[in-house]
Amino acid sequence: MSTIEERKFKIGDPILEVNNISLSFGGVNAITDTSFNVLEHEVRAIIGPNGAGKSSMLNCINGIYKPQKGSIAFKGDTLSKITPNIIAQMGISRTFQNLALFKRMSAIDNILVGRKLHSKANFMDVALQLPKARKEEKVNLKKCEEIVEFLEIEKIKDTPVGKLPYGLQKRVELGRALATEASLLLLDEPMAGMNVEEKREMCRFILEVNEEYGTTMVLIEHDMGVVMDISDRVVVLDYGKIIGDGPPEEVRTNQNVIDAYLGVSHGE
Amino acid sequence: MSTSIKTYSKSDYINFSVLMVLGFLVIPMTVNSDYWFTSILIPWLCLALATIGQQVIMGYTGQLALGAAGFMAAGAFACFNLILRVDGLPFFGALAISGLIAAAIGIVFGLPSLRIRGIYLMVATLASQFFIIWVIDKFGWFKNYDSSGIITAQDIVIFGRPYTSPVDMYLVILVVVTVMTVLAINMARGSTGRNWMAVRDMDVAAESMGVSLLKTKLQAFAISSFFCGVAGALFAFTYLKSLEPVAFDIKLSFKILFMCILGGLGTINGAFIGAGFILLFPVLLNYLGNNVFHGAIDATIISAMEQVVFGVLMIVFMIYEPLGMARLWENTKQRLFKKKDK
Repeated sequence: MSTIEERKFKIGDPILEVNNISLSFGGVNAITDTSFNVLEHEVRAIIGPNGAGKSSMLNCINGIYKPQKGSIAFKGDTLSKITPNIIAQMGISRTFQNLALFKRMSAIDNILVGRKLHSKANFMDVALQLPKARKEEKVNLKKCEEIVEFLEIEKIKDTPVGKLPYGLQKRVELGRALATEASLLLLDEPMAGMNVEEKREMCRFILEVNEEYGTTMVLIEHDMGVVMDISDRVVVLDYGKIIGDGPPEEVRTNQNVIDAYLGVSHGE
Repeated sequence: MSTSIKTYSKSDYINFSVLMVLGFLVIPMTVNSDYWFTSILIPWLCLALATIGQQVIMGYTGQLALGAAGFMAAGAFACFNLILRVDGLPFFGALAISGLIAAAIGIVFGLPSLRIRGIYLMVATLASQFFIIWVIDKFGWFKNYDSSGIITAQDIVIFGRPYTSPVDMYLVILVVVTVMTVLAINMARGSTGRNWMAVRDMDVAAESMGVSLLKTKLQAFAISSFFCGVAGALFAFTYLKSLEPVAFDIKLSFKILFMCILGGLGTINGAFIGAGFILLFPVLLNYLGNNVFHGAIDATIISAMEQVVFGVLMIVFMIYEPLGMARLWENTKQRLFKKKDK
């Protein structure tokens, strides 16, 4: 689908560096001494069997989990006091594996929440509908309408998202992440539970955003076909450890990766 | 009808104008029984305002808080003391400051919401209810060392003119309620309300979008308490015409909670519908008892019936229509309009 030659944004220096991260819950090690980086403007996939620590990895980057060891650096700054809120302010946005939409709000309202960091009006401005608040609302609404149009969800924009089918909910969630205009997007299984058609569309959206705005993407995906198609580089996790890292073609032929996916028992 | 329109549509302005004409002109001119003003319209507007406060924290921000009456007491006694002790303070000024005092207390009692949620938060906020009443009872200063326990509220004086007749007081309340309702609607429809609802529906996602849980929750507690505080001051000065902590007991908190749930969580018009229903329903039952059954049913049974019906309604609404009477009203309206279109 995308060839590297025609890219508007050339893949650049590392934007995110994960250094020797370890995370455990009680006695269970979710991630063990893991390091990888993400280059600016690239589409980076994280794959691995169930329970490999993929979502935990995103939750560490996003500040929901705090790794016991190691550090994460974004745009050269080491993230020390990380909360999801601070991470969002630094320009990292995300979607969630099991959908974390605001169920009782309409699709457009969900996407508008993504504009939070671009809203400067306080509650008094809003209550009194001062020009500042009105102007800002107009700009934010316009931006969100553009996203709605891009994701082709005009028809359902006023529907409470709880009532939407799964595939559309996933799209709204992507829309909300896009509305933040973050420079790094973390997508946790954006295509899980979708049919082929829906997957193809989702791929198109992801690639288009990457090409159009140069947004760096980190995505977790199970469908190997999709991963091979859209990602520039792939990290393979198994039991919290990295067993492969590189371009899709290379990872595909890596013996460790094949073993992990075919279920060769460990410790042999 | 699109709900995503953030600016106000023509029909909003028409509805608003109709309500205003009705409230400020038609009702004062056509209703001539004091009973309607003192026993129905005045408490309805006061309690609807407090219910909006409860909506902000519970319906919009999703924090189970129980203790609206405590903040109403804080507002009422603050207003009494401000008028008593500050010379030349205009009534509306005292009202606003009372609201701010209640808001400050609300922030303090909102702090537990940062750590606990759900039913546990309800228990924690219940402390505010008892603590505020206890403080007012304990320290005589708040009651101006009045030993009788019931203090008469001062007359409402605005620009030297006393507003003491039922119609006058009704108009004063209507002005305050109108202004505050418009502010509440603006917030609920704007970015402020979206942040509240985001915290309500999925707090982790809200935080990942840059919504600060700390700021949003405390803001909602402050605004909620502000509304309750002002409502409490109005309630004491116009409906009770006296100040006694007992009037603001846990029963009133529950009443406001019921108004909020029956009216419809997360709606502003639901506050008015819920408050109206809960106030008028006993009146209706009494009327039926006296005029249809001609006293054949004992008055105590009627008041017991009231509790039974409220209880059943609460359960029915929680199960079948969590968005309450406001949603029923919307559905009916839509059905009517659809029929007209055909």
